[in-house]
Amino acid sequence: MKTISKLAAGAAALALMAASTLSAQAEPVKVGMITTLTGGGAGLGVDVRDGFMLAAKQAGNSDLTVVVEDDQRKPDIAVQLADKMIQSEKVDILTGIIWSNLAMAVVPAATAQGKFYLSPNAGPSALAGAGCHQNYFNVAWQNDNLHEAAGAYSNDAGFKKTFILAPNYPAGKDALTGFKRFFKGEVASEIYTKLGQTDYAAEIAQIRASGADSVFFFLPGGMGIAFMKQYAGSGVDKPLVGPAFSFDQGILQAVGEAALGVKNTSQWNKDIDNAANKAFVETFQAEYGRLPSLYASQGFDTANLILSAMAEADVKDADAFRTALKAAKFDSVRGKFSFNTNQHPIQDIYVREVVKEGDVFTNKIISTGLIARGDAYAEQCALK
Amino acid sequence: MTWTLIAEQALNGLQFGVMLFLMAAGLTLIFGVMGLINLAHGSLYMVGAFACAAVAAATGSWWLGVAASLVFAAAAGAVVELAVIRRLYKRDHLDQVLATFALILVFSEGTRWLFGSFPLYLSVPQGLSGAVTLPGGIQYPLFRLFIIGVGLALAAGLMIFIARTRVGARIRAGQSDREMISALGVNIDRLYTLVFALGAALAGLAGALVASLQSVQVGMGEPVLILAFVVIIIGGLGSIPGAFVGALIVGLSDTLGRSMLPALFAQFMEPSSATAVGSSLSSMLIYIVMACVLVVRPTGLFGAKH
Amino acid sequence: MGFKMSRERIVDLAVLLMLPAAVLWASATGETFTITLATRIAILAIAATGLNLALGNGGLVSFGHAAFFGAGGYVCGILASHAFTSEPLMTVPFLIEGTKSMPVIWLVAIVVSALLAALIGLFALRTAGVYFIMLTLAFAQMIYYFAISFPGYGGEDGLPTYVRNGFPGLNTLVPLPFFIVCFVVLALVIWLVDRFTHSRFGLALAAARQNGERLEAVGIAPFRIRYVAFILSGAITGLAGALYTDLNRFVSPSMLSWQTSGELIVFIILGGTARLFGPLLGAALFVVLENTLGGWTEHWQFFVGLILLGVVLFARGGAIAFLSGKASHHG
Repeated sequence: MKTISKLAAGAAALALMAASTLSAQAEPVKVGMITTLTGGGAGLGVDVRDGFMLAAKQAGNSDLTVVVEDDQRKPDIAVQLADKMIQSEKVDILTGIIWSNLAMAVVPAATAQGKFYLSPNAGPSALAGAGCHQNYFNVAWQNDNLHEAAGAYSNDAGFKKTFILAPNYPAGKDALTGFKRFFKGEVASEIYTKLGQTDYAAEIAQIRASGADSVFFFLPGGMGIAFMKQYAGSGVDKPLVGPAFSFDQGILQAVGEAALGVKNTSQWNKDIDNAANKAFVETFQAEYGRLPSLYASQGFDTANLILSAMAEADVKDADAFRTALKAAKFDSVRGKFSFNTNQHPIQDIYVREVVKEGDVFTNKIISTGLIARGDAYAEQCALK
Repeated sequence: MTWTLIAEQALNGLQFGVMLFLMAAGLTLIFGVMGLINLAHGSLYMVGAFACAAVAAATGSWWLGVAASLVFAAAAGAVVELAVIRRLYKRDHLDQVLATFALILVFSEGTRWLFGSFPLYLSVPQGLSGAVTLPGGIQYPLFRLFIIGVGLALAAGLMIFIARTRVGARIRAGQSDREMISALGVNIDRLYTLVFALGAALAGLAGALVASLQSVQVGMGEPVLILAFVVIIIGGLGSIPGAFVGALIVGLSDTLGRSMLPALFAQFMEPSSATAVGSSLSSMLIYIVMACVLVVRPTGLFGAKH
Repeated sequence: MGFKMSRERIVDLAVLLMLPAAVLWASATGETFTITLATRIAILAIAATGLNLALGNGGLVSFGHAAFFGAGGYVCGILASHAFTSEPLMTVPFLIEGTKSMPVIWLVAIVVSALLAALIGLFALRTAGVYFIMLTLAFAQMIYYFAISFPGYGGEDGLPTYVRNGFPGLNTLVPLPFFIVCFVVLALVIWLVDRFTHSRFGLALAAARQNGERLEAVGIAPFRIRYVAFILSGAITGLAGALYTDLNRFVSPSMLSWQTSGELIVFIILGGTARLFGPLLGAALFVVLENTLGGWTEHWQFFVGLILLGVVLFARGGAIAFLSGKASHHG
């Protein structure tokens, strides 16, 4: 008898849940995606978009509509598109921006107008600390995170004296600060290169002469490709460490053998062992005919986060929707994932090694760099 | 900072300068003969790099890739000259700027359409990879020495070609007096197409060589284009020796500035702000050099007086 | 000119009225974004009209006007951010505080960019032709790299101003009043440039473009004429920069990049060099193309390129000349 009433109660609860889910889903959600689809940085935007769209397609939820526009990697165009999305398309949620400087241009104004912004890539410190906002969620990482893990890995690897370099712009300075926050050894030399520089002969000569036992570098995109090819050809054999931005699936094929064996840090990799990730890697390959990158995984997670909140609450009820987002009740392809008080991720950050599988260059996880890492700025954020 | 390091950096500067010369030679030639400002020169550089990467990937031979870069860039140059540029010689510089700017958009987006958004793979060939030890104990990448060699040989070859051959004589004549040369019965249209294709081939070759060391991606041409303009302005428009000297000045001042300015400021500042100030100043350095040259010599080092 | 309007005058008037007409339609139908777009066109048109004074009327092809556009933008951003945090810019030798008042910001932006133009012009005007193009570019590039690496005001990340600055008696946060402000400034600038080009000074500038030596022979130094025109041109573009920061509520070094200088030139050539209303029509065409094609295809830049090529090859003298049925304005 008891069991039966329990079952009945359970069934009633399920029915209730289903009903509430249904009623919540009845309210459509419109997402505006502003991302980079043309020019040199287009690969990242295409990956975020494809990951996002894959999740949306798999959910088959007709209440979710997405508008995608190209920001050309220009801050003023991004602002204009945000105005268009808000004023003309009347979207509920904005997402998609790849670059910190574009995020800084769009996010404060969008959240001030009561829109949600979910960052699938950029995580500038200004938006994680004092400038945090209740409508701003970061689904990727705070900018310093991967560099911090690289610092922690350098300790584990026994490096005593390292040479560090990054481009001369705010994200580059944050990278070196993040690395030094965890690295306990000595910094042999600290170099800032020109943004967009592609010839690193002068820097490699300095690395050779520095007497360092290892090198940490943050050179995203084409800068990283150029650096690694030139480093491999220079005869200098000090081990390299870097964040995943120079080792993502999109550019590894362009670097080729020069990247083999290099250690890099990332919150995601295709061999993270969970069902969501396995399904993601398989379906992404089937859909687009290439391996997903970490950017694609971030886009995929962003869409699933939105879908999970849609199942819980009505987007027009901002407080309820915010609570649902903050609960992060979705199966992240990274495994464990939760939000810190400043609504940035708390997650594990892994150390990967570049390997060759058949003809394809890719990454393999070798250890965990940082466990359940939040970020250094959460204390300055007024959110609770 | 040791003497071997300074010597190595000077070698790096020379190599960077030679790379810039390959790019700038075509640009200055086209300006000198046709008076055309070709903003799309960077696109031809990109065409060379993509052609080299695609053919090298298909055939497995880097050398075939380089040959393809010459052929495809020259062909693209000839097509562009016949279809668009030809109509612009008698126009204002401004019309040329707009048309060649439009060509950049067409080439960049067209390339992305064909090859996708991700960078392509292109690497230094087996025989030229790795480093060699030079006298003085400097370890130096073989491929960079190869670039220096190719660049110097091409510089010498171009100067001889223009000074000694019949086509070179026509080019020189075209630079000084356009009516006269057509009065002499030279087919000026064909000469222009030839010069444009030659300039394009040089840019394509530079693209293939540089991309082997750097990366093959859409948009790679524009930063180099600006540098190449700086080079030909310092050297004086239309002058091949000027482009050579300008390229070396830019290559050396950029490389040495980058490596030495932060160290120089560290003599009298604390290290972190010395790095910041030094690297800011070094990224401005080539523009400062160009401004100084133009203030002293308003038509560049080898430029003709008005 | 008689009472009968020439065809070009009619085209000019239509071009000027097209923005308010679009905005009227947008207000009636609630298409707020169209107002934002019209505001953007108006501001870019002010910047390009400023450049057109040097480039079109004076023959001074500046490839570095992004320096003035960005300088005005940063004046606005810096003053507004100091007002936002209530920290003075400096206390010694005298106190300078931030402000959120548009007229004050405009004045400072005009003065700062005029001073910058005076400095750059002093060197750049010693050269001519392509050398002038490249020297102006060089100065703009120096400022660009400085802005990227200088940590004080956000570097490459840029500087948000959060809310739009105020204009006495108007709520500038609402798109319509802000459009009206920008449009009135645009109309004033066009009027000013028109008066200037028809003054004795403007005629001397045109003479200096066509034949500097002859001008010298009658005792007028072409350098001075060009210098003043260059400064005025920079000041107008700087004013536009301040408005642009207000439109985006954000300023970043990309305003200083050579692509910005290039786009301003493209607006002018597209509309018609040295035509009073050319920059406005050019800016409008470009922004509208970018917006409509961008919604259709990921590869929209390919088609923008083809369209621009078509304009250069087949519509000589720009869109204004094409519409008013006249070829090039001055030979």
